[in-house]
Amino acid sequence: MHIKQELNERHTLAVVVDNEPGILARIAGLFTARGYNIESLTVSEITEDKAVSRITIVTSASPHVMEQIIAQLDRLVPVHKVTDLTVLGPHVERELALVKVAGTGDHRIEALRLAEVYRAHVLDATISSFVFEVTGGRDKIDKFVELMGELGLVEVARTGVVAISRGREAA
Amino acid sequence: MSEKSGADILIEVLTDLGVEVVFGYPGGAVLPIYDALFKQDAIKHILVRHEQAATHAAEGYARSTGKPGVVLVTSGPGATNAVTGITDALMDSIPMVVITGQVPTGLIGTDAFQEADTVGITRHCSKHNYLVKNPAQLASVVREAFHIATAGRPGPVVIDIPKDVQVATAQERSNAPIRHKAYAPQVKADPARIEEAVDMLAAAERPIFYTGGGIINSGPEASRLLRELAALTGAPVTSTLMGLGAFPASSPQWVGMLGMHGTYEANLAMNQADLIIALGARFDDRVTGRLDAFSPNSRKVHVDIDRSSINKNVRVDLPIIADVGSALADMIEAWKRRKHPTPDLAEWWNRIEGWRAVRCLDFEDRKDVIMPQRAIRALWEATKDKAPVITTEVGQHQMWAAQHFDFDDPNKWLTSGGLGTMGYGLPAAIGAQLGNPDALVIDIAGEASIQMNIQELGTATQYRLPVKIFILNNEYMGMVRQWQQLTYQSRYSESYSDALPDFVKLAEAYGWKGILIETPDQLDAGIAEMIAHDGPVMVDCRVAKLANCFPMIPSGAAHTEMILQSAQVSGEMDDEAKALV
Repeated sequence: MHIKQELNERHTLAVVVDNEPGILARIAGLFTARGYNIESLTVSEITEDKAVSRITIVTSASPHVMEQIIAQLDRLVPVHKVTDLTVLGPHVERELALVKVAGTGDHRIEALRLAEVYRAHVLDATISSFVFEVTGGRDKIDKFVELMGELGLVEVARTGVVAISRGREAA
Repeated sequence: MSEKSGADILIEVLTDLGVEVVFGYPGGAVLPIYDALFKQDAIKHILVRHEQAATHAAEGYARSTGKPGVVLVTSGPGATNAVTGITDALMDSIPMVVITGQVPTGLIGTDAFQEADTVGITRHCSKHNYLVKNPAQLASVVREAFHIATAGRPGPVVIDIPKDVQVATAQERSNAPIRHKAYAPQVKADPARIEEAVDMLAAAERPIFYTGGGIINSGPEASRLLRELAALTGAPVTSTLMGLGAFPASSPQWVGMLGMHGTYEANLAMNQADLIIALGARFDDRVTGRLDAFSPNSRKVHVDIDRSSINKNVRVDLPIIADVGSALADMIEAWKRRKHPTPDLAEWWNRIEGWRAVRCLDFEDRKDVIMPQRAIRALWEATKDKAPVITTEVGQHQMWAAQHFDFDDPNKWLTSGGLGTMGYGLPAAIGAQLGNPDALVIDIAGEASIQMNIQELGTATQYRLPVKIFILNNEYMGMVRQWQQLTYQSRYSESYSDALPDFVKLAEAYGWKGILIETPDQLDAGIAEMIAHDGPVMVDCRVAKLANCFPMIPSGAAHTEMILQSAQVSGEMDDEAKALV
């Protein structure tokens, strides 16, 4: 007997929650406890009084499991609202990465040139290294990191995806 | 305004919330609360012998009275011992508030003596939990905890209180605000969906009500409304294990429990129905059997207060999110307003009667040995006029009790359904007896399960609770043995109950009465003696050792592939079947 795999679709969820101790563990733990995937998870306070946070979760699941993920999140006591941005329609997703590249000579010049192409900013420079800040969709950042891999990539820090729906209405 | 200690605030709020009984066990990290308990007499504390039993006793109390059960245990092992009962209450939707002591805030995270990460451990086995770090927040947290435990789909809520927070003082605010204002489960159904459901019901040729524990949780009124709607529509009613008693077993419309050990008629009716009205039931795997073969030609209406229960296992055509009692009242009102006549279901009932005629619960009665089914039926015959509260442990005896003990009223049947916790029955009986002092409370047990919380004999003795334990003793973990017979060619690996105690002497050692029943001719007299005794009794009823519980739908099989008798069973299953629970 072999374990069967299901076909998954990628979805981006916006989850508005009470900002209280343990909320992140509660959300992340729900995903592990019920066997759901998390591709990325970001969280930050979004109100002035710091009482509410918005969590952006990128997950992949079959449509049936996706429905369950939303229902399971929605019934947690501190969760105000769960929105499936992927289903809702057009939305923008952005991620920020800090990319450290070390090298001299041609590699260094090429890294800087590519950074310009990718509209990355230089946050730190020494005579043998750069730290770039690059924002964009997931694919763009993946590609930038891949290119830097050939040019002396030292390390990468990524924020994970944040997302918001297009148009004037709140999701 | 004077200040009070956290412990005093806690006790005052509990009293104000109407808490009458707390099940608990003291320890270092809850000493301030125990001292506050000592100084009052509004709340009765029941000292159990193990924290797991405190949680099951609270469940039994809650399930039999409809009020939330309250548990008080210490930090570390006190809290970890309570985890099984907390999980059990989560699975079976039992309202419960568990108060755990914690090491002082300054010591949290230092691996202090009796420290455990209680909020971390219980995060995913409770409906919600709290670590209270300031006595000023205690009153509002406790009030909110009771609200969350009882509102919507009920469940256990854990409040972890560090010892310094119990001692420190704060001003008490009697009307402390509740923080999670967002938590307001939908109670009232969408009227359009109610009308649609009622029209589907009126048009159906082969409808069936599939009811669950949600009806019990909704309160006695929901059971009454179910009876009324069933009478209006004339449709058959089946129930899950958790819902037994919501509809009277004495009604001709009752077709018995459904699922793995349900009746032939209930499972076939589910399979052949053209409309299933699921009321407070969650399409559990024990109920559905193989999903792709589950009631393939029916439209399905699902009323549930928990949105995540809808479309979880089975896709339904019409979801209705509501309290099931409220939805039933709305359905009855809509049925009457739309002047639906009672549908002619004669043809449907003919088919059901045909399945009923199989008499799937019949068993071979023997003269030389007590059949376990016979013992249950004898117990039912002897007690049915006394409206007993029945608790069970987990295993064959539990299924036989569900099949052969008939319930006509809700809140009389307390069993561990979702988690399947051996050791549930005795403490649950203790909790039920405290909530119903005049009731006849019987724990139907197996000789293996009863040993999992046997220490609670002492609790019943201490509080003079006249609970009865009726052990079906077949010297096996019977359900394990049955599966080994069905699946592993009778290789009975570790399922024999060796070195059993002398249950009669054990009972007597705790101040109980012990009764041994060995032969069929002793059965009725033994039961009568048990009932007549004004105090706790443990009956060791020796039954046929190798009896199997049928009918049975093997794991992963369809409702139509039901095993009716052991003769149909053969040795070994393939890996796919073995991998199923």
